Amino acid sequence: MKIKPNRREFLKGAGAIAAASTLPLSTVEIAFADSKKNFTFGYISDSHIQHIKGNQFVNNWDRGLIRSVAEANLMQPKPDFVVFGGDLAQLGTKPELDHGAEMLAKLNYKTYHVLGEHDYYLDLGEYWSELFGDHYYSWDHKGVHFIVLNSIITFKEWTFDRWPTPEQRMLEMAGLDNPNGSPFMVGDAQRAWLAKDLEKVSKDTPVVVFSHSPIQKLYKGWNFWTDDAEQIQALLAPFADATVIYGHVHQIQYNQIGNISFHAVMATAWPWPYPSTYAQAEHTMPKLTVPMNRADPFFERDATGWQFIDMSNGRVSMSYNLANNTNRTVAYDPASGKPVDTQFQDVGNRVPPQIHY
Amino acid sequence: MRKSLFTLLFAVGLLGAIAVFGGDTAENPLLGLPPVPIPEDNPQTPEKIALGEKLYREERFSTTGDVACLTCHDPEKAFTDSPLKTSEGIEKKTGTRNSPTVINSAYFSTQFWDGRSPDLEDQALHPFINPVEHGFVDHEPILEIVRTDPEYATAFNEVFNKSGEQITMREVTLAIAAFERTVVAGNSPFDRFFYAGETDALTEQQKRGFDLFVNEGRCVSCHVIEQTQALFTDNRFHNIGVGISNIQKDVPELATTFLEAERTVSEVDVEVLTDARTSELGRFAINRDMDDIGSFKTPTLRNVAVTAPYMHDGSIETLKDTVIHYNNGGVTDVGDPVNDFLSGGIRPLNLEEEQIDDIVAFMEALTSPEFAPDEG
Repeated sequence: MKIKPNRREFLKGAGAIAAASTLPLSTVEIAFADSKKNFTFGYISDSHIQHIKGNQFVNNWDRGLIRSVAEANLMQPKPDFVVFGGDLAQLGTKPELDHGAEMLAKLNYKTYHVLGEHDYYLDLGEYWSELFGDHYYSWDHKGVHFIVLNSIITFKEWTFDRWPTPEQRMLEMAGLDNPNGSPFMVGDAQRAWLAKDLEKVSKDTPVVVFSHSPIQKLYKGWNFWTDDAEQIQALLAPFADATVIYGHVHQIQYNQIGNISFHAVMATAWPWPYPSTYAQAEHTMPKLTVPMNRADPFFERDATGWQFIDMSNGRVSMSYNLANNTNRTVAYDPASGKPVDTQFQDVGNRVPPQIHY
Repeated sequence: MRKSLFTLLFAVGLLGAIAVFGGDTAENPLLGLPPVPIPEDNPQTPEKIALGEKLYREERFSTTGDVACLTCHDPEKAFTDSPLKTSEGIEKKTGTRNSPTVINSAYFSTQFWDGRSPDLEDQALHPFINPVEHGFVDHEPILEIVRTDPEYATAFNEVFNKSGEQITMREVTLAIAAFERTVVAGNSPFDRFFYAGETDALTEQQKRGFDLFVNEGRCVSCHVIEQTQALFTDNRFHNIGVGISNIQKDVPELATTFLEAERTVSEVDVEVLTDARTSELGRFAINRDMDDIGSFKTPTLRNVAVTAPYMHDGSIETLKDTVIHYNNGGVTDVGDPVNDFLSGGIRPLNLEEEQIDDIVAFMEALTSPEFAPDEG
């Protein structure tokens, strides 16, 4: 993590955010007058721990997770908790999930887990549940309502009736641009649960949803996609401050739809290219997003990382800790009503690799 | 007409240069190196270089009167203090770091193992006021000498046209840096082989080692060789699993103190050289970037065969053991834990012992003739 001279002040609250950036954030409306309610949390995601044989695992993916855990443990100020955003395993096997859980156990903080498709499609999340608990749930923390969704399920027929073995089902869902694949969704049952869960939450309570897929429709070929995204967005629409944080895409993305802010997190394993570079296919990548730098393939950890999230104003200020690259912070800007990069949002401030994409 | 005359003169000049450097390569001590970068505000002059060398050798610039720059960067020892593990300053006090060679330091984009100085001029300021090096609390005793000693007064007047109080550490370090920029050396057997086409300059084993160096051994990823020059460093910082592993359990405590309060370069200079544990934080102590915990600057490999021991802490005695460290994936002894903050790219290499010997043989071909041990 690159710490600017004024970073610690930056984290102290909204007033200092103005000093740390050129954006007009001094008008930040502080949701919590009681500063004891200000808090931070860490977000680690998409480690794709991959079993080779025996006790051998792909070294590069191991190192990414080990490094993120060790760095998160050094964070100042200490985060209240850490979220792991899904795809801990590559092919959902017991050795992969066990090995990943062992590395995550070194975190000094309470950890919440999100289910990814790579954790799920071998045994439909059975062993994952033994380790980490429910597939979807919610809790309250210092005035914020947090919700974890399992957003990577798909049609029943595809899941239960189409594949001769669970292993093949897992491999089919792991493929990109796979004509045998199937779109992610949250599904009727879980949406009904969500509607009920939100009933008891007052509309001025900040709501933060953690999901593996984007809860937006960005690019279907790689499942940067949630089929019932609009219906979930409609459930979040009545809330003044709603945020969705998602993994799966292995890149910096952010967006604003109505009152809902969207933030993607980095993988600890590897970066994906932006769908917008894939010229022959349609995509709806958020225009708001300033792309991250093109990864330098020389550095195995470049374009991977983890996140430190400041919740002090009821909205997300997300600091990306990027190995071998320039760290970035994307924070909600109340003046424009959307998340913006505190350094690179202005076209004139971008660096060539961001424009090159 | 004038234009064509200029072109002709330019062409003649170029041919002249080729005649000097391309004709008899053994005569070009810079073979394999780019031109020495000279800062605009510190042009080289013979008088300034001579003054710089005198200052470099000045033992009065220490509390005990017996420590000069030369003490740890001795021309007789390829500008290091080999075979010392870590350097000895006043009263034989030892620091925490192995003395890096001055040879070719003119090309580095930062100075010190953790890059805490941007250039040679700034670098020269710090050892004087480090308690385990020259031992002064400030630079006043040095200024007293150069302002009053008749030889220095004459030289500073000649070089900088300054005298008395006009002479500051700026002038002192400009001169030392100017001298250090003359300590450059290429023209190793490797350079003659690769840049001058002398096919018999390397042995068959060294040629195999060269191939391993740029391919299977992945050495070249950081110890850079280019088509026209080779500095054998990327001027970047990497955690290769040396030192930091000894204090892994203390990292949270040590890192927290740095995250809580920023230091000046001078404060860091003292802390990292007087506290062995803090020293191992490496570049992180300078930039407080978690990406740099336990990372140190890639040293050049030129003349590496005559500058043992190795690594920032001098903890590895032989070139063979350094290659074994990399072959093990960034651990010196097989079975030791891999550091949590290890740089990407450091991973087990699965080289055979014979291949390790070949790489060592190649590194022995990087010694410039002026630093090669006398033969016979």
